Amino acid sequence: MKEMLVILLSAMLVDNFVLSKFMGICAFLGVSKKLDSAAGMGAAVTFVMICATIVTYPIYTLILVPMGLTYLKTVAFILIIALFVQIVEMFLKKKVPPLYKALGVFLPLITTNCAVLGATILNIDNSYDLGQSVVNSLGAGLGFTLALLIFSGVRQRVNASDSPAMFKGVPATLIAASIVSVSFMGFAGLFN
Amino acid sequence: MSEEKKKGNLFELTKGIIKENPVLVTLLGMCPALAVTTMASNGIGMGLATTFVLVCSNLVISLLKNVIPKAVRLPCFIVVIASFVTLIEFLMKGYLPELYDSLGLFLSLITVNCIILGRAEAFASKNGPVKSMLDGLGMGIGFTLALFLMGSVREIIGTGAWFGIDLHLPVTMTVFIMPAGGFFTLGVIIAVINKLTSKKPPQEIGCASCPNAASCPSYNKEGGKSE
Repeated sequence: MKEMLVILLSAMLVDNFVLSKFMGICAFLGVSKKLDSAAGMGAAVTFVMICATIVTYPIYTLILVPMGLTYLKTVAFILIIALFVQIVEMFLKKKVPPLYKALGVFLPLITTNCAVLGATILNIDNSYDLGQSVVNSLGAGLGFTLALLIFSGVRQRVNASDSPAMFKGVPATLIAASIVSVSFMGFAGLFN
Repeated sequence: MSEEKKKGNLFELTKGIIKENPVLVTLLGMCPALAVTTMASNGIGMGLATTFVLVCSNLVISLLKNVIPKAVRLPCFIVVIASFVTLIEFLMKGYLPELYDSLGLFLSLITVNCIILGRAEAFASKNGPVKSMLDGLGMGIGFTLALFLMGSVREIIGTGAWFGIDLHLPVTMTVFIMPAGGFFTLGVIIAVINKLTSKKPPQEIGCASCPNAASCPSYNKEGGKSE
């Protein structure tokens, strides 16, 4: 139990996917303009990350490893994720319309979000078992959501502020991201 | 259309280097640009690996553009790209094991680099093989240069060395090789480029400048209207 908690918190805070591993930057900068879309994107990424882990883990251990095809994991995983996102989209549209309304628009973007592929490959590289992998993905997803939510607040202040002309827009946003990232550096060394 | 045709092959090659530099102007492929640029040599390695994948995938996709059905084109593109990524992973593991270790996970993540998918969708699926290869080469060189620039700035200020050679600087700031320094360096470089070209800085990031925006339902429903 304690070990699970360590995995969860270190994936969420210490090794935050966006702010210390630089995964999903496009989504982080693209969708953090408004609080509600940031929350929707975060929830969608967390959901797909956990499901993708549950699907890719058995495929890796039961199919790729016994057949000696582990080098195909990039090709296999990205196909599984693309397929999976498509199925989830169709399922939600048909069966759970409210959830589709909330998350649906973000789903196609997630296929090419490197955080999802990154999380599934990282779980394999760290040789976690299925339970640990799911917890790690949950932590990574929550960390992604946390970073998006914090940054959407910061960004509204940055946009309202009067920055020098050459920094207006994207450069000011990136520098604000750098300061948020400094605050996450405070979590380093939380666990040994 | 006739103007498009007049632009020669040289234009396809050079546009990606400065005018449409993927990282610094159109703001694509930011994840690897921030993650691997703690050293100038890593930046070059990542840039060249991406260039290889970009040229090969652009060539193959432009050859297959009439065979691939429109509806399933994205998965097809991704499979082509992922295959070349696996190939470069093998080559690098065999010949440059040190670089392979320091790039690590981000080598696999070239698969989902939006520059490659973006060029496949926006250029290679509409143009011939020669033009597509030149386009890929140009974009790749532009990407490599941007990564080299970022890697140099971060390595020199962060560790006081360049390509591992000690420059004996009086002060170094370790924060530059940390994640926070990556965001900061990219922000300042984009700002300086805006100043030099006296262009209005890009106001939007990610979705708005993404070549897939037109075909992306998320952008059309959310961002497209509100902006």
